[in-house]
Order: sequence, then structure tokens, then C-alpha cells
Amino acid sequence: MATEYFLRMGDGQKIFMTKEDIRADIEAGSADAADLGEIPAMSENEMDHMLDIITSPGRIVGVEPGLEVPVTHDIGAIRIDGDQGNSGVGIPASRLVGSMVHERAFGADTMELGHIDYSYKPVKPVISHECQTMEVCQQNMIIPMLYGAMPNMGLYYTPDGPFENPGDLMKAFKISEAQDSIFHAAEHGIRDMTWIMQKLQHVGSDGVNFDTIGAAGDGDMYASLNAIEALRKEFPGIYIEAGMAGELVLGMHGELEYDGTVLAGLWPHQQAPLVAKAGANIFGPVCNTNTSRTSAWNLGRSVTFTKAAVEASPIPCHADMGMGVGGIPMLETPPIDAVTRASKAMVEIAGVDGI
Amino acid sequence: MGMPISHIMASGMTGMRAAGDLVARMQFDKSMRIGEAKDFVAKKLGVSNADLSDEFVMREIREELDIGVITSVPGCAKGIAAKMNIEKLLGIDINCCDKFREITG
Repeated sequence: MATEYFLRMGDGQKIFMTKEDIRADIEAGSADAADLGEIPAMSENEMDHMLDIITSPGRIVGVEPGLEVPVTHDIGAIRIDGDQGNSGVGIPASRLVGSMVHERAFGADTMELGHIDYSYKPVKPVISHECQTMEVCQQNMIIPMLYGAMPNMGLYYTPDGPFENPGDLMKAFKISEAQDSIFHAAEHGIRDMTWIMQKLQHVGSDGVNFDTIGAAGDGDMYASLNAIEALRKEFPGIYIEAGMAGELVLGMHGELEYDGTVLAGLWPHQQAPLVAKAGANIFGPVCNTNTSRTSAWNLGRSVTFTKAAVEASPIPCHADMGMGVGGIPMLETPPIDAVTRASKAMVEIAGVDGI
Repeated sequence: MGMPISHIMASGMTGMRAAGDLVARMQFDKSMRIGEAKDFVAKKLGVSNADLSDEFVMREIREELDIGVITSVPGCAKGIAAKMNIEKLLGIDINCCDKFREITG
């Protein structure tokens, strides 16, 4: 009987497979990314290396000493005091305490402050409170401390916002009206994100993390890139991290451009140069996890997309490796065996500058 | 909760336990790729790149330079005071330190 090795499905369930089957899944995942993105698949040596990582006998694996990279954080201290919706563990603590716990107890390389809703739009009514908390955090923290939130353009459409929902308009075949709605929402998003960060920079924030760019499609990315550009112009020294929501920018509008490039349909290696051009310091490429596939298939696909982005990017790439992205299983408590294997593969094969 | 800690243990630079915050700061401040950022910080500290993730090496250096240590050592620089020493070490300006200087004149 052939030896079988344990690994995970994309939803986190433990499964057992032979080395040959795992290798075949790595190859198939890599080929899928290569086909979609028109980028090189992993080499034979790289696939063998990934196979060694996945079939490593230990429960936890790690990078070779000397290859460590900074780990930047999203969601902020909501991880400590938040509810399940933000994967929080519900420990009553201030955001300052949560941030200092990350710095002093967890060994985080950077930290960020985030509003409980974690979107930019709801920060506007409580901006003074956010500024006050940022000031107190900056007085006590030593590691780089950003402000983080999601552009989340969905909040600008009915029933949550002032602009007619482009999905409803499209269903009624009102395509140009839907495009207008997306464009107007994006203009408001640019204004809001820029205004919020102007306030936070004036009280000493190190910078900003745009988390899950493109979640509402190309309008979301259009708004984020223009907000990044405006902030870089006004604050030359601001730290800007720009992390994506998925590997593909969905063309909800279809014709929005940045710097002469149509945003719809961009893959990570095409997103990276635009993000750098807008003025970000760090790009966060994403590849979503398919829960019906194995972690070998997902990791093969994710590393292939990320490696191409790392090679095309003029700025550092910190791969997004939270729940359900970057080869990590899609559940709130991703198994440590799967996380550490994905982490090692992303550093040693994709060559990321951070996570 | 376990996920970020797993990343930190598997491939992270462990922040102030070693020199992860300093390397991350150079990636943000100057958009340095990982190799360049490590070379820059290692040169400033007078250590090898591998030492940047070595808690044994970095503990003494951090205390000596007063740039913040992971444990609570009475009298050591904390918060903005530590960041002002990091500014001098790395030759950069940190926004909150600028604001502090503005306020204190």
C-alpha cells in the first residue's frame, strides 16, 4: 500500500493523499494560474520543493534561518476584542491594549488601528475618536502603526448608501446608469478615504493600509488608486500598504482606467505596477482559496500568481495570507499545519518580501 | 487568532524580539525590497543579515541603542522616545516624532 500524507482541503478538513497525487494537484493548481494569468507555471524544482514542504512530517514547518520576512497585520486589534464576524476572540480590551499585545506578546513586525466596522465610510462620523486613539497608540507603540480599513464601495450603494445599486440597474439593462453610479460612488470613496487619512496623518499616524481593494470590482480599485495618489502627493512620507481582495479585478464597470490601463480583468502581476505607480510602498497580492480543492492545488495556484506579481512589482510584495487567501484554508481557525506550510512556500518559492 | 501567530513563528522576523520592526519600517519608508531592507538595517546595526532575526543577538543591541526592548525594562526608552532613537539609527523621520517635536517646540 502506498504511503499517504496528511494535508487539507480548501475548507480545512484533514485528508490523506499519496505523494504522486499531491504532486499532480500542485501541478494542476499552478497550471490553472498560468493559464488564466498567461504567466509561467512553477518549474519542476519548485514543484518538488512545494511537495517536500507539504509532505514534511512535522506538524509545524518554518523558513530556513535567514529567510525570515516582516509580517504586516490587517484588522488591527479587532482580532482581540472583536466578535466572530471579524474573527475576533471577544476579549474585552482597548485597541491600545490589543495593539500592545500584538507588539509585545505576539512579536508582530507592524500593527494597525482599525474601526470595528473596518470600512472607511463609517469612520467619518467618529473621526475624532479615531484620531484620539491613534495619538495614544503612537505615544505607546514602537513598531510601525498604520490605520487600516476596507474601501468597501458596496456601502455607497442602496440600501446602504446614496447611489443606486449598479447590480439592480444592470438587471434592468440600464448599463450606462450602472456605470455612472459606480463612477459617482468611486468619487465619493476617494474623497472619504483621503479626508480620513488627512485627519489621521495630522495626529501622527505612520500611514495607511487599504485592505481588500477591488472587493466591489473595478470601481473599488479606481477609488483606491486615486486615493493613494492623492495621499502620496499631500504626504510624501506616508507609509501606504495596498492589499487586494482577489486575484482578479472584477469588471463591474468595465471601462474604468488608471494611468491609461483598463482595471477590469487585471491579474496580480498586472495590478502590482499600477499600485506602485499610484504611490503605495507595499503591494499585497491575493489569490482566493477554492474550498472544493486540496491545499496542494490551492497553494500551487496561489504561489504561481504571487511569484509573477513579485517579479513584476517595483515595490515590496507582502502576500495576503489570511483566512481563505494565499493557499490558507477558508475557515476562521485555519489549521496551523496548513498555515505554516503555506507561509514557508510563499517565502521560499514565490519570494515574497513579507506576509 | 492563531493564524497571524503561526505566520510569525513560521516565517516572521518577530518584531521587537529581534529587528522585524526596523526592517518593516525601511520597507515602508523607502519601498525597499526585502534584501535591500535587511542589508540597510544590518549595516546600521553592524550585524549580519541572519542576526536580524536572532533574538539572542538583537536583545543586547536593542537595549544598548535604547530603541525599545520586548520586555518591560525600567528606564529603557518606550513609545515615542524609542522611536526617536530609531529615527537617529536609521536616518529617517517618523511622523509622530515630528508631531511631538512640533508640540514641545
